[in-house]
Amino acid sequence: MLNPDLKLNSKLFDEDVEIKPIRAGYGEGLLELGEKNPNVIALCADLTESTYAHLFAQKYPERFFQVGVAEQNMAAIAAGLAISGKIPFISSYATFSPGKNWETIRTTVAYDRSNVKIAGHHAGIMTGQDGATHQATEDIASVRSWPNIKILVPCDSVEGKKATIKASEIVGPVYLRFSRDKTPIITTAETQFEIGKIQTFWTSEKPAATIFATGYILYYALLAAKELEVENINVLVANVSTIKPLDENAVFSLAKQTKAFVTAEDHQVIGGLGGAIAEYVVKNIPLPMEFVGLQDTFAESGTPKELIEKYKMGKNDIKAAVKKVIQRKS
Amino acid sequence: MADLAPEKLKDLELKANKIRQLIIEMLVEAESGHSAGPLGMTDIFTAFYFHILNHNPKNPNFSDRDRLVLSNGHICPVQYATMALSGYFPIEELKTLRKINSRLQGHPHRASLPGLETTSGPLGEGLSQAIGITLARNLDKKNYYVYCLTSDGEHEEGNTWEAVMFAAKNKLNNLIQVIDRNYIQIDGNTENVMPLDSLKAKYESFNWNAIEVQGNDIKSFIEAIEKAKLEPNKPTIIIAKTIPGKGVSFMENDYHWHGKPPSKEEAEKALSELKIEEEKLNA
Repeated sequence: MLNPDLKLNSKLFDEDVEIKPIRAGYGEGLLELGEKNPNVIALCADLTESTYAHLFAQKYPERFFQVGVAEQNMAAIAAGLAISGKIPFISSYATFSPGKNWETIRTTVAYDRSNVKIAGHHAGIMTGQDGATHQATEDIASVRSWPNIKILVPCDSVEGKKATIKASEIVGPVYLRFSRDKTPIITTAETQFEIGKIQTFWTSEKPAATIFATGYILYYALLAAKELEVENINVLVANVSTIKPLDENAVFSLAKQTKAFVTAEDHQVIGGLGGAIAEYVVKNIPLPMEFVGLQDTFAESGTPKELIEKYKMGKNDIKAAVKKVIQRKS
Repeated sequence: MADLAPEKLKDLELKANKIRQLIIEMLVEAESGHSAGPLGMTDIFTAFYFHILNHNPKNPNFSDRDRLVLSNGHICPVQYATMALSGYFPIEELKTLRKINSRLQGHPHRASLPGLETTSGPLGEGLSQAIGITLARNLDKKNYYVYCLTSDGEHEEGNTWEAVMFAAKNKLNNLIQVIDRNYIQIDGNTENVMPLDSLKAKYESFNWNAIEVQGNDIKSFIEAIEKAKLEPNKPTIIIAKTIPGKGVSFMENDYHWHGKPPSKEEAEKALSELKIEEEKLNA
């Protein structure tokens, strides 16, 4: 069942569940920060509306900088602003930032511990029709290997807003990852959000496995858990909204409890959420794991629904992975 | 800024000579690093730290200081030597350049050494960082100047031109870039590797104020900075023509000295040349 302590959306499993793009939460969070904190600055590289930075830009034009199609420049300008005490948020598509400007961020933000917040939008195959050039599916892997940075992947627009606001409250680099399409609202304004904490969104008696999910894929994981329950397979579903630093205590205790893991993410299975958990598990408490995600391939154009089906990242794929991992336990 | 009296100019030239000697001593001790660029830019660093900049080695972070952003971080030996001579840290510490547990990283790391405004080394990023600092200056209604030192080679980086366009668009007239136009880079002469001339025409067409100057002439350089400060609307670039390896006859204008240190024997020869020059200046 949905964890009652977390005050999640009670209409989550309804057919008419409210849907909204997670990236809208970035825009709303940034807008609120504009009012709250005069040091917050926004920069964008010619994608102001689709990254929702326009809400801030319209209200605080003196604190918004349009850099044009120039992601390296945007990152290093932000680093300069941060050196002088500002809290810059930079937004673009994740393939370009932190993709195209990877080294710029590595040097001027991560190495320097600059107080820059990088918002990577249109992450994952969920970007859909634009094709693989615009679907960032390696961003978590490439950012996760940097020291000093935190990585937040909100599961819905409500959490997206909270993550954006919380990112401004910690000093240092943060990568925020957002996806494009409208996805179900899972949490509510009352759901607690803390950077660095894994939360169990689905609980059950004597669970046989834990599904770790990050981003909107969490919805599919919850659907999978609900259907598995009908088949008398009990699982836990954990929302990993912070991939770095990983909540190792939570991973350890879930390992003790269920002794089998499935990870689910809209990202390559190499180096993302699955990689992060596997690195910890192998070192501390080895157990069987299955990885749902993009299997070391680029995707293609198509609707998100078609892509999720073709690349095996949906509800049924998560269910199959759970069954497989439970079998491997014995 | 006070007028440059002849005694002051002589003092600056003596300081530049001393800094060149320190650079040679550092590099021979480090057994790696860049020789030509630091020697070529010594006169400009001397002018900045001993005449132009509003700075305080004993309180490096005071908020109204002028900012000096070094973009082509590989010439950091000249910055370290100049900072040491002006009192940021003991001169003996220069011997730790590039060694384990040192604050003097092979390329400058802001967090390691107070007085460094940015981290640099990967080329093409410094002008953007300096722009960010200038934007913050303007938002905070401060009065300091932001100086950014770049190399000609890094004008082959696309990022540099992204920054050039942005600074002109935003009329950042308190941002003054100084380019070390020494015509050399690792693989040879810049005009063979990737032609850059005319930089003046390029910058003017990008809506910058462009001033050309002999970078090894301290007096002319200081006058160029004074002129740049008068510009009301545009960012300024001072195209400083420098002699790479300046002050050491066998290094001057030879691109092979871009990225290597002198051997012990070469260092002795270089130091004896510099000491003869020092005696001449003192005479």
